[in-house]
Amino acid sequence: MKLPIYLDYSATTPVDPRVAQKMIPFLTEHFGNPASRSHAFGWEAEQAVEEARGHVAALLNADPKEIIWTSGATEGNNLAIKGAAHFYKGKGKHIVTMKTEHKAVLDTVRELERQGFEATYLDPQPDGLLDLEEFKAALRPDTVLVSVMMVNNETGVIQPIAEIGEICRAKGIIFHCDAVQAAGKIPVDLQKLKVDLLTVTAHKVYGPKGIGALYVRRKPRVRIEAQIHGGGHERGLRSGTLATHQIVGMGEAFRIAKLEIGAESERIRALRDRLLNGLKDMEEVYVNGDLERRIPGNLNVSFNFVEGESLIMAIKDVAVSSGSACTSASLEPSYVLRALGRSDELAHSSIRFTIGRFTTEEEIDYAVKLLRAKIGKLRELSPLWEMYKEGVDLNSVQWAAH
Amino acid sequence: MAYSDKVIDHYENPRNVGSFDKSDEHIGTGMVGAPACGDVMKLQIRVNAQGVIEDARFKTYGCGSAIASSSLVTEWVKGKTLDQAETIKNTQIAEELALPPVKIHCSILAEDAIKAAITDYRKKHGLEAEKQAKAA
Repeated sequence: MKLPIYLDYSATTPVDPRVAQKMIPFLTEHFGNPASRSHAFGWEAEQAVEEARGHVAALLNADPKEIIWTSGATEGNNLAIKGAAHFYKGKGKHIVTMKTEHKAVLDTVRELERQGFEATYLDPQPDGLLDLEEFKAALRPDTVLVSVMMVNNETGVIQPIAEIGEICRAKGIIFHCDAVQAAGKIPVDLQKLKVDLLTVTAHKVYGPKGIGALYVRRKPRVRIEAQIHGGGHERGLRSGTLATHQIVGMGEAFRIAKLEIGAESERIRALRDRLLNGLKDMEEVYVNGDLERRIPGNLNVSFNFVEGESLIMAIKDVAVSSGSACTSASLEPSYVLRALGRSDELAHSSIRFTIGRFTTEEEIDYAVKLLRAKIGKLRELSPLWEMYKEGVDLNSVQWAAH
Repeated sequence: MAYSDKVIDHYENPRNVGSFDKSDEHIGTGMVGAPACGDVMKLQIRVNAQGVIEDARFKTYGCGSAIASSSLVTEWVKGKTLDQAETIKNTQIAEELALPPVKIHCSILAEDAIKAAITDYRKKHGLEAEKQAKAA
């Protein structure tokens, strides 16, 4: 077993060696510009791009013509949200989204607010899921766009996308879905789901960073305004020379995902359950978000009375991320967990484990053993644990907030 | 975030972890911070008849820098008089541990913890009133 152990697959995944192999010839040999129509170099690059487009469409059960290449999820979310809002602004200027969305959605909606749009940010229920009644109540006659992610990046919970799609379609509202954490992990069927715009990216699915795709529905036709202008690539929706090797990588990654999703999900779920079973008998351990309606590879847990950043430091042989954003130089606890109604203490004590294709049982067992030892040690060091053990109600203490 | 070697050393081998009996008259206890902010430090000092800090203990809930800051000050206060201990500044702690700007609040909390423990001890012995009377 090699250390450190990677349990942060929701942050990014390694490129599958099969994907890397497929990409290499497109850097050196088949380097042509897919937009070159005048020679074989261009033709073979174009053919590779279209083959990859087919693989991406196939995983989503979409038409290849509905797939637009982007540089990744942030661009995809920007293009979908700004593009649809700008195109349909004559119909209304109200947008509905959730407080637990990724920053690429939240900050884009904030930018639209600065441009004169209005936005409603819905709270999730304590299990992390959207309350559909509350959602319906938030829709207004001037609502033009809804953006709700399929799978939350921190808690891994799966939102009721089919139901949201039905509601939006009935009201003629454009529905964008950030499916970055869903593609390749749970089935995404765009023949069934009434999603109009859907964002995916390669590097969460064992493909390379720097390449993603936006699905833009053709039936019924959904329109967006381009955000990047230039040579009119991608039917004018996203100009810029296509990165053939990246696209080939994404195509191969999505092709493999479609083939292996079934067996892989089962294997990953078993590893996740093994991790949870190894931890859940400890005192004051809380799973954040619904455990059933969740992708197989995610476990987000709070170890009460242990601060998340110090735990991450203690288990430095295991690469995880803290729900608390301390590591990104902000001292605020996770806004996602706060939106779930978790106390600041529990939000400060959370760890996100995400398991993937190359995780082994041995690695999970090592992580469990290490975690149990370090949590014990940090609780011995924690004045809060001492007070809890003495029966002090921490909520009754007058803390000096700083 | 990369930690300095000194932070890692104190974090992995924290000095003087534990608790003294709060009700003991030789003990001063300071508890600062709040769970909601992600840091709580408890610092205790044992003071002898000459007014010298003989021993110290701490417990901290917080990041590695907070644990290291409190561990460090338990070492620093030992052998000092209350007046000497009171002069320990957060900037000295931050410098010793090479804390990055985002972690300076950990050193401030450690300074506050020393002050709170000293104040608690003085209150127990009626010294706080005496000191204020002198100042007046």
